[in-house]
Amino acid sequence: MRHLLGIEGWRRDELESLLDRAKAHLPGAPDTTHLLRGKVVANLFFEDSTRTRTSFHMAAKGLGASVLNWTHTGSSVSKGETLLDTARNIEATGPVAIVMRHRSSGAPHLVAKHVKCAVINAGDGTHEHPSQALLDAFTLRQRWGSLDGRTVLIVGDVLHSRVARSNLHCLKALGARVVMCGPPTLIPPGLESLGAEVTHNLDAALPRADAVMCLRVQLERQEQAFLPSTREYARLFGLNAAREERMKAGAVVMHPGPINRGVELAPAVADGARSVILEQVSNGVAVRRAILEVCTA
Amino acid sequence: MSSTVLFRRGRVIDPRNGVDGVRDVLVRDGKVVEVSETLLPVPSSAEVVDATGKWVLPGFIDLHVHLREPGEEGKETVLTGCRAAVAGGFTAVVAMPNTKVVNDNAMVTELVLNRARAAGLCHVYPAGAITKGLKGEELAEMGELVSAGCVAITDDGRPVMNASLMRRTLQYATQFDVPVMVHEEDLTLSAGGAMHEGTTSTRLGLRGIPASAEVAMVARDLVLLEETKGRLHVAHVSCEGSVRLIREAKRSGLRVTCEVAPHHFILDDRAVGDYDTHAKMAPPLRADTDVQALREALVDGTVDAIATDHAPHGVLDKQVEFEKGINGIVGLETALGLTLELVHAGVLTANRAVELLTHGPAKAFGLPGGHLAPGAPADVTVVDPDAEWTVDAHQFHSRSRNTPFHGRKQKGLVIQTWVAGHKVFDKGQVGQSKESR
Ligand SMILES: [Zn+2]
Repeated sequence: MRHLLGIEGWRRDELESLLDRAKAHLPGAPDTTHLLRGKVVANLFFEDSTRTRTSFHMAAKGLGASVLNWTHTGSSVSKGETLLDTARNIEATGPVAIVMRHRSSGAPHLVAKHVKCAVINAGDGTHEHPSQALLDAFTLRQRWGSLDGRTVLIVGDVLHSRVARSNLHCLKALGARVVMCGPPTLIPPGLESLGAEVTHNLDAALPRADAVMCLRVQLERQEQAFLPSTREYARLFGLNAAREERMKAGAVVMHPGPINRGVELAPAVADGARSVILEQVSNGVAVRRAILEVCTA
Repeated sequence: MSSTVLFRRGRVIDPRNGVDGVRDVLVRDGKVVEVSETLLPVPSSAEVVDATGKWVLPGFIDLHVHLREPGEEGKETVLTGCRAAVAGGFTAVVAMPNTKVVNDNAMVTELVLNRARAAGLCHVYPAGAITKGLKGEELAEMGELVSAGCVAITDDGRPVMNASLMRRTLQYATQFDVPVMVHEEDLTLSAGGAMHEGTTSTRLGLRGIPASAEVAMVARDLVLLEETKGRLHVAHVSCEGSVRLIREAKRSGLRVTCEVAPHHFILDDRAVGDYDTHAKMAPPLRADTDVQALREALVDGTVDAIATDHAPHGVLDKQVEFEKGINGIVGLETALGLTLELVHAGVLTANRAVELLTHGPAKAFGLPGGHLAPGAPADVTVVDPDAEWTVDAHQFHSRSRNTPFHGRKQKGLVIQTWVAGHKVFDKGQVGQSKESR
């Protein structure tokens, strides 16, 4: 049993063996419903995320587990029950793993200190989203074989992005170079010391990238004065057709979804030949099966 | 109960009076009578404390303590706070007004003073609120608070965001000559922040509080101070920019003093580790460069006092998501050991360390004590500088255990604490309060 609280702290060989294992869960692979048969996986979602929750649900089902779905709506959280109370109640149902999404960074770390089963972070605040980073890496490995020497450009609201943090750790560990790009108000301090290059000039960075990963722009950031407007954001940091033309031959476009079409990504690019967005989604279940398998082993 | 005590052959460090060497200290009827290089004859009926190999120091004075009474007695009371104080070698504490009935009127001041008198352990000096209910809107009755016994006024825990109100506070306070103690935090810059803004907050995905949230307010208040000719005390200074401004202001002759808390000169923001709420405080633990700057400011005299910002909280306040975790740590019982870490590391001389715990704070607030000249209060702390021990939060005399220092090895331990010639702490045991004596 081990937790997946973030990518940070995982070694390259551990990540690679997990990603290798995910191949055995792709559609058409041999049946794996014996792996967690008779076991319970608890989905503990304090924040709505149909995509991630459904993906983990399908992953657990595919391993033969039954799934306990707990969402915050109508729960006792509003009655003052603490996160730990909730987690201990869930633990009492005997799950082998708690898959957890929470709006506070570090919430899974707190739970992991107090429960015995595996805790899998399905996104915590603006900290990490490890399963997303793993499926991104899996998708890139499918294309390239190895990430060694490749350059991945992550564009957008890095400050608030758990996807960006997990990807930074994951891509670096797997040998890639990571360039972060966005307006200065949305680039947090110290990214260089975490191993990223930082630029605010998308046009300059674009031709070097083997993959461009667009982050979702949270529209409310505009009201908080991080951005003057989404229009200006699209002009400076949106991946449009003209920019796509200046990308390296064979370079791919990624997005964790859901997309604000016309803001971070032009529709033609999202649906274009470079886009691997749908592969990301379909790889999600296989990677999450591998995560459940590895963490509950 | 003996009223004459002779501290024999301890190393007396009394920075105010320029004393550092082996001395005998004779106290009688609550006052220091004589400090002598040569052996003093033992007066009949005197209690003799053999202080050979020990340090005999003026009692420590903490300008920044939260006693939580009235209102949150489950976290601390005046009595338990005083017990923690004397266990930490403090013979006087300044009690912050942000209790759950705010000390913004004489009734609350008197309640705190009465409780302190009943506890009979150390001196408690209440600080009154700047504004009614700490709301930052209307001035509290400062004259009434001062005549009831408040030694400073402060909205600690909150800044005075309204610059005009802050200007009037400094102006109005000049007629009473009390320091205006400020918690410097621009709330528009710190909004939503849970820790210092830097590499660690980026790594953890926590909203950061930039150093400018503090520095900008220090700058504002120094401008107002210059204009009003008032008296300003900056609480819990945490970053390099603040000490730089305060240093310059002092050089230009402004009446500004400041304090630094041990956690800010010992730990940096990396102590948050993996979301340890015991490392969550306001102001937050800063960058290592800030820690270095604070240490330099302790050495060069920019900092007047080491103050703990002793902030007791319950387990449930800390065992939550980091963003929800309540700010603050207890500090009274770890202050000496942490200060001595700087002495052992060669950053501070023993003399300067003692000054920061005694004469420095006494002078900043105009309090009695803080030195051992004949006629001074017989507030004495006896320290074993070589004793090695490990911080154990479960052994605290405070009612709360919220500390990031649990398990930390320390060298230098408070052996005895004497207040007005009475032994109130002796080898781990707090003396009986006057009430039960
Ligand atoms: Zn305070």
